[in-house]
Amino acid sequence: MLTGAFALVFFYAPLDADQGFVQKIFYVHVPMAIVALCGFVAGGVFAVMHLRTRESKWDMRSYVTIHISVILAVGVLVTGSIWARASWGHWWIWDEPMLVSFLIVFLLYATYWPLRFSIEDKEKQSRYASVFAVVAGAFVPLNFTAVKMAQSFVHPETLATTTGGLPPKMALTFVVALAGMTLLFVTLIKYEMASKHATFRLRALRRRLAGDDDELGFAGRSAAPQL
Amino acid sequence: MRTTVAALLSKELTLEWRTRESVPAMVLFSIATYVVFHFGLDRDRIAGDLASGVLWVTLLFAAILGVNRLFVAEYEQGGFDGFLLAPVDRTALLVAKAVALFLFLCLVELVAVPAFALLLLGPPLTQALPQLVLVLVLANAGIAVVGTLVAGLAIQTRARDLIVPLLALPLLVPVLLASARCATPLLQDGGAGPLPGDWLAVAAIYDLLFALIAYAVFDFLLED
Repeated sequence: MLTGAFALVFFYAPLDADQGFVQKIFYVHVPMAIVALCGFVAGGVFAVMHLRTRESKWDMRSYVTIHISVILAVGVLVTGSIWARASWGHWWIWDEPMLVSFLIVFLLYATYWPLRFSIEDKEKQSRYASVFAVVAGAFVPLNFTAVKMAQSFVHPETLATTTGGLPPKMALTFVVALAGMTLLFVTLIKYEMASKHATFRLRALRRRLAGDDDELGFAGRSAAPQL
Repeated sequence: MRTTVAALLSKELTLEWRTRESVPAMVLFSIATYVVFHFGLDRDRIAGDLASGVLWVTLLFAAILGVNRLFVAEYEQGGFDGFLLAPVDRTALLVAKAVALFLFLCLVELVAVPAFALLLLGPPLTQALPQLVLVLVLANAGIAVVGTLVAGLAIQTRARDLIVPLLALPLLVPVLLASARCATPLLQDGGAGPLPGDWLAVAAIYDLLFALIAYAVFDFLLED
């Protein structure tokens, strides 16, 4: 799907009149940003489920979702600055609400790992991480509104452009790219979850093979939730 | 609920009065920061948006010192267990701590803002004092709510001093933004401008929303 989207990006979508070829980074950057933000909010929703049900699978989902979203967020910041350099001539523009609020959100979520690592007790760790995820998930839309109010509107408004501003060919490519990015996100989450499950299963089997009675065993340096 | 909050709050204030730990440190820190800003910017007098920025960054960092200390006594002396054993609503602790932090911040500003006017501010402060007080109160409310939440989150971690600023600074960016924008016209050279109403509204709404979030999640921070 993503390959198809990229094919469309390169061969189908018309070149932008002002920005030329560089404008095509739009089809990577914007879907990535949207997916990452939705991922942060989804992580918050999973965390709410964890706090309500106390099942560690929700904590695991929240953890993995935030993990992948942060990785995407790095991609967003990098592609965003490349695009900014190409179209506005600077790597970083403070006047631009999207970049700035994205940076703030990214900085906030970067604290998720230090927070997890520095709490020893597993049960407490997942509870505190969930509280953090809820607060941060609610903070994402708030922050965007506040920062957006503060600055002039240099940034192309994504929602406005998909409904009205984009020519149909571009809009189609954009929608395909968005769907592709969403699928990529979901697949990555699935893989990550599967890998975590496999790791735990392996560890449990190893312990049994070694005849180790110690339930906790050697967990390694990991702050991931335990199942 | 009200009596619990009152009891907790009076305990908090008595503790601060007897130990004099947070507030004097915050005051000294803010004055030291003014000195640092004076040399860093190499300016004797500042006004307008620069003054507003310096004032708010200083107050924000001073507040983080207070946030860091907020739950330390409970954590080290077993106050959490005592509180959990008492048959009271857990939200009372959130309310009491937030109000205490709010009062501490007000005390700090009672010294820090006049000191700012004396040391760095170009235009006289008296012209816009009532409006500035309003902005300060709104900002303090936001810092108090977010700070209590962050302090509760970070108290159980090993690297508390590290986690608190990392969490609190991004969460407080909207507060800083709104208050700095509000204060800019108040500190201008040649007479204070009108207060921007939309930014006041942003600060108030942010305070309200975060109070609701904190109310919703704070119970989970106190379970053992």
